[in-house]
Amino acid sequence: MAQTLLRTPLHDRHVALGARMVPFAGWEMPVQYEGVIPEHKAVRSDCGVFDVSHMGEFEVEGPRATELLQATLSNDLEKIGPGQAQYTLLTNERGGIIDDLIVYRLDEFRYLLIVNAANREPDGRWLKEREIPGSDVRDVSDEYALLAVQGPRAIERLGLPKADQFTFEEGQIGGVQCMVNRTGYTGEDGCELLVMAEDAEALWDHVLECGAVPCGLGARDTLRLEVCYPLHGNDITPETDAISAGLGWCCALDKEFSGAQELREIKALGPVQRLVPFVMEEKAIPRQRMAIEGGGEVTSGTHSPMLDRGIGLGYVPADAAAPDTPLTIDVRGKPRRARVVKRPIYKREES
Amino acid sequence: MPAGETYPDDLRYHKEHDWARIEGEEAVLGITWFAQDALGELVHYESPNEGDTISKDAPYGEVESVKAVSDVIAPLSGEVLQVNQKVVAEPETVNDDPYGEGWLIRIRLTDAGEAESLLDADAYKQVVAEA
Repeated sequence: MAQTLLRTPLHDRHVALGARMVPFAGWEMPVQYEGVIPEHKAVRSDCGVFDVSHMGEFEVEGPRATELLQATLSNDLEKIGPGQAQYTLLTNERGGIIDDLIVYRLDEFRYLLIVNAANREPDGRWLKEREIPGSDVRDVSDEYALLAVQGPRAIERLGLPKADQFTFEEGQIGGVQCMVNRTGYTGEDGCELLVMAEDAEALWDHVLECGAVPCGLGARDTLRLEVCYPLHGNDITPETDAISAGLGWCCALDKEFSGAQELREIKALGPVQRLVPFVMEEKAIPRQRMAIEGGGEVTSGTHSPMLDRGIGLGYVPADAAAPDTPLTIDVRGKPRRARVVKRPIYKREES
Repeated sequence: MPAGETYPDDLRYHKEHDWARIEGEEAVLGITWFAQDALGELVHYESPNEGDTISKDAPYGEVESVKAVSDVIAPLSGEVLQVNQKVVAEPETVNDDPYGEGWLIRIRLTDAGEAESLLDADAYKQVVAEA
């Protein structure tokens, strides 16, 4: 416990707002302000803001940057041009998932990768080891802060024009220069604002003035789980593969990248286990590492504020992966009934 | 609305953040303001059954928030006479009123002498201050 936790440029703001600060991936981060449930509902109904400055950023640059990333990332960068972004995986030789990330194509020869905080070092090492002449990988995480502004009214509250998901542009918000990315981790409309660390407080203050509710990592987790976005370290790891995790859609198996051949074989044979979303049929909250009867395991579990019941993601045998399949989860020694559902677990009713 | 921090003088406390209101040969049990605040909004109460026997210092149920689950420790031994079904249905009642509508169970005491080992409000406040 002697290890010193890192602090984001917004640490003092969180403390002043009365946030409960917790250790997360080596950082001291706000887990909640008012409470997970009201914060969650603010994002589903209006607008919330998260400090996600703990996430890592890499710049990959050079005439052969595309070649390096095409060989290391699972998705096909030829599908995006400057101003566009893409969800993709960094895969190892076995097809295991080193990290999941979003790559932003800044221009023809320059990319930004935004990665999970806990994987900043392994990602950096992996990419550095594979650098080729004409490609340069730089960890620029310390230069930036990142704010996720999410919710059906997020764009309107910030006074931004409508734009397609997975696009980005440079802009000014409240007079602060930032990169406005139409991406997120909540299943809601919104954006992620990449800003110079020294400008983070001014941008945060402005976003709050626009009416965004400050939200912690607690709500971030319940929001992402309701829409079945995997969490690296829980649902996907270097020991799990994209096909079993249901992430085949972001693997361009017609190109060569680390682990591509292994993934083709898994796809051809059919995975042994699959990652499935489920809801509890009884009053109980599933938690990570609980056993699923018949040979499976919960990888993420929580209480869904929108459905008011236990929900989760877990690996089950492939023949138990179809929607509506009944599951039994061992909740601290008590068998509790659950049911496999389609993704996402929660979807707003069309009004 | 979450309740404000209080530790009523008429209750006896267990250092694991549980309270008991002793009423003759019976007692009403619950968790303290400190316990519910540490957990956050409760979303599940795994209750014992009426007729179960509970033992002082051992868990008799669980309370869960979105992020965490916690055993509920019995401050006294006894037989469960009644489970608060309002909390089973609406666990957040505990956050709103931990010493009133948010009580968890009523028991018949099996050893009235055990109460002597519990803390009064001032002693429990010391435990909270050091937590």
